[in-house]
Amino acid sequence: MKRILATAIALALGCAALASNVHASPLPAGWACTPATCGAPEGKPIVEQLLPPPQVPARITRRYPAKVIVNLEAREVVGTLADGVKYDFYTFNGTVPGPMIRVRVGDTVEIRLKNAHSDHMPHNIDLHAVMGTGGGAADSIVIPGHEGAFEFKALHAGFFVYHCAMAPAAVHIANGMYGAIMVEPADGLPRVDKEFYVMQGEFYTPGAYMQPGLQPLDMKKLLDEQPTYVVFNGRVGSLTGDHALRAREGQTVRFFFANGGPNLTSSFHMIGGIWNTVWPWGGSNEDHNVQTISVPPGGTVIADMKLVVPGTFMLVDHAAVRMFNKGALGQLVVSGPEQPMLYRALWNRPFPPASAMPTAATSAH
Amino acid sequence: MLRTLTGLLMLLAALVPWPARADAAAARFVTVPGGHFVSSLLDGTRTVTVRVAPFAMMEKPVTEAQFAAFLRAHPEWQRGRIAPLFAGPNYLAGWLTPTDPGDAQAARRPVTAVSWFTARAYCDSLHAELPSWYQWEYAAAASSSSRDARAGMIRRNAILAALMRATGQRPGLIGQRPANVYGLRDLNRLIWEWVSDYGAMFPDVNGDVGSAGSGSVLRLCGGAALAFRDPSDYALAERVAALSMLAPADSSPFVGFRCVRNLGDAP
Ligand SMILES: [Cu+2]
Repeated sequence: MKRILATAIALALGCAALASNVHASPLPAGWACTPATCGAPEGKPIVEQLLPPPQVPARITRRYPAKVIVNLEAREVVGTLADGVKYDFYTFNGTVPGPMIRVRVGDTVEIRLKNAHSDHMPHNIDLHAVMGTGGGAADSIVIPGHEGAFEFKALHAGFFVYHCAMAPAAVHIANGMYGAIMVEPADGLPRVDKEFYVMQGEFYTPGAYMQPGLQPLDMKKLLDEQPTYVVFNGRVGSLTGDHALRAREGQTVRFFFANGGPNLTSSFHMIGGIWNTVWPWGGSNEDHNVQTISVPPGGTVIADMKLVVPGTFMLVDHAAVRMFNKGALGQLVVSGPEQPMLYRALWNRPFPPASAMPTAATSAH
Repeated sequence: MLRTLTGLLMLLAALVPWPARADAAAARFVTVPGGHFVSSLLDGTRTVTVRVAPFAMMEKPVTEAQFAAFLRAHPEWQRGRIAPLFAGPNYLAGWLTPTDPGDAQAARRPVTAVSWFTARAYCDSLHAELPSWYQWEYAAAASSSSRDARAGMIRRNAILAALMRATGQRPGLIGQRPANVYGLRDLNRLIWEWVSDYGAMFPDVNGDVGSAGSGSVLRLCGGAALAFRDPSDYALAERVAALSMLAPADSSPFVGFRCVRNLGDAP
C-alpha cells in the first residue's frame, strides 16, 4: 500500500514536472496533464468498447484517471471499395478506418495488438497521441499469429491519428491501415446531440474509377501521389443513400474528422453549412464560423455545427475533382420543419430578354 | 536480451546433429552462374556491390508434399514433437495432421508456416543449405528475359500486386509463370522465402525491443526509407519487412523456402 502510494505520488510529481515543462504556453483548462488529472490510474481497468465507423464511443463522464485497455487486431481483408469494386485492405479490426478510441487526458492506455493468423505481413501501430519512440510502433510490431502490447500515459488532450507504420508504411496506409483516438480534456468537450467519426483516405488502383473487379494497389500511382479514389470511411458511398448520416433540426452535431492520407491534404467542408466551432488540427484552440478546414495526412479536426434548417448537407473534400470524380462525398440528412425566416427559395423563372439590340437601320436614323 | 537469446539458439542449432539425408529425388537444382550485382539493401548508407560465386538453387520452392515426406522420414521435426525452441505454436498450424497438409494440391503448393530452424533442417537433409540473402536477391533479380530486371516499374508493380492479391488466402500454386533466365521459378510473386543470414542482413531488427539506432530503422515508419537503395521498390520492402520481423523459431503463413548448394559441395 505504501509502495502504491509512493508510486502515485511519484507519478503525480512527474506529471506536474511534465506539465510545466511540456506546455510552454498556457492551455485551456483541462487540456494539460496536471497533478489533479494525471495521477496514478484509479479504479478497475476499463476495456474500451470499440465500435465500427461512423460510430463514436460514448463521451467520458468519468472524472478520474483510469487504466484503459484497447484490443486491436490487424486484419488483411478483401472488402468493397465501391459498388462492384473489391480491394485487398489492410485494416485495424476489419474496418477502414479502424475503430475510434476515446480516453481521458491522464489515462494510462494499454494498446494490445494482435495480427490475425491469416495475415501475411507484420503490422504495428503508431499513435500520434503517444509521447514515445515511434508512437509505439517499435514495440508493437507483430507477425501473423502473434500479439503484442505497450502502454502509454495520455499526456496531451486532443484528437489524434493512429496508423500502421510497418515498412513500407506508404503501402500499409494506402491500404487503409489507420484510425483515430480522442484524448478528452479533463472536463470533456462541450456536450452535443450527435457525434460522427469520419476519416478520409486515398486508394490507388490500376483500374479507372469504378472499374469493376478486384483491384490491386497501383504502385506507380501511389508514387506519383495520383489516387484513383479519395473516399470517406474506406469506400465510395459509405455515407450516402442508405448510409447517410441523420440528424434533426435544432441539434448540434460534431464530426471527429481525420485524414489517413497517405498523401493528400483534405479541404474539409460541409456544403450548405458553416462550422460554429472547430478545433483545428485536433488541438486545444477553438475557432468559430469556419467554412473549410485543411486537414493534412496524419491530421485531424473536431468540428461542431448547429443545424438550424432541414435539408441534405454534403460532406466533402472541397478539392472539387475529389468530390465529383473520386468519391469524397458524404451526406447528412437533417429532418425538421422548413425555416423560411432563415432560408427560403424565392423564384426560379424565365425572364424576358433585354430590350431589342439597336439595328443598323435604327442607329443610322 | 531477445537478441542474445536468438544468437544462442542459432549457435545451438549449429551444434544439433541434423537428420540423415532424405530422398532428394523430387528436388531439382538449377545452376546459377556467378557474377557481380548491386544489392537493393544498403549497408548503413553505403551501396554494396556483391560478387556472387556460382551456386545451384532449387528450381521451385519446397512443396507441402516434399515437406510432408521429410517429416515422415524425420518425425522429430513434426508438430507436437519438435522442441518449442525450434518452432513456435504456429508451426504448420494449418495442417490436418502433423504429416498431412490436408491439401489436394500439396505437390504444387509451396510449404509455408515453417520456422527458420525447420527449413534449415530440411535443406540439410538434402546436403544443401538455405540461400544467403545475396544469393536469393541475385537469383530473384532475373526475369524471363534479363539477369537484372529490378529497375522495371511494370514488373515491380506486378510483383507487388501479386503479393497483395493473395491477401487472406493460401499461397498460390507453383509453376503458373515462366521460369527466369536461370530456369528458376516463383521467386518473387508467390511467397516470402527464408534466407540463411536474414538476422545479420537486417541488423538489430531481431534485437532488443525498443533499441534505437541506425540498425533498427526498419522498425519505424520513415526510417525504413534509409535501408533501401531505392525506397520506391515496395515489393522488396514488404519482403524485407516480413522476413526481418521473424525470430528463427517463428513461422508465418506466407513464409516458405528453397535450398541451395554451393558448387563444389555434394552433388
Ligand atoms: Cu500494417
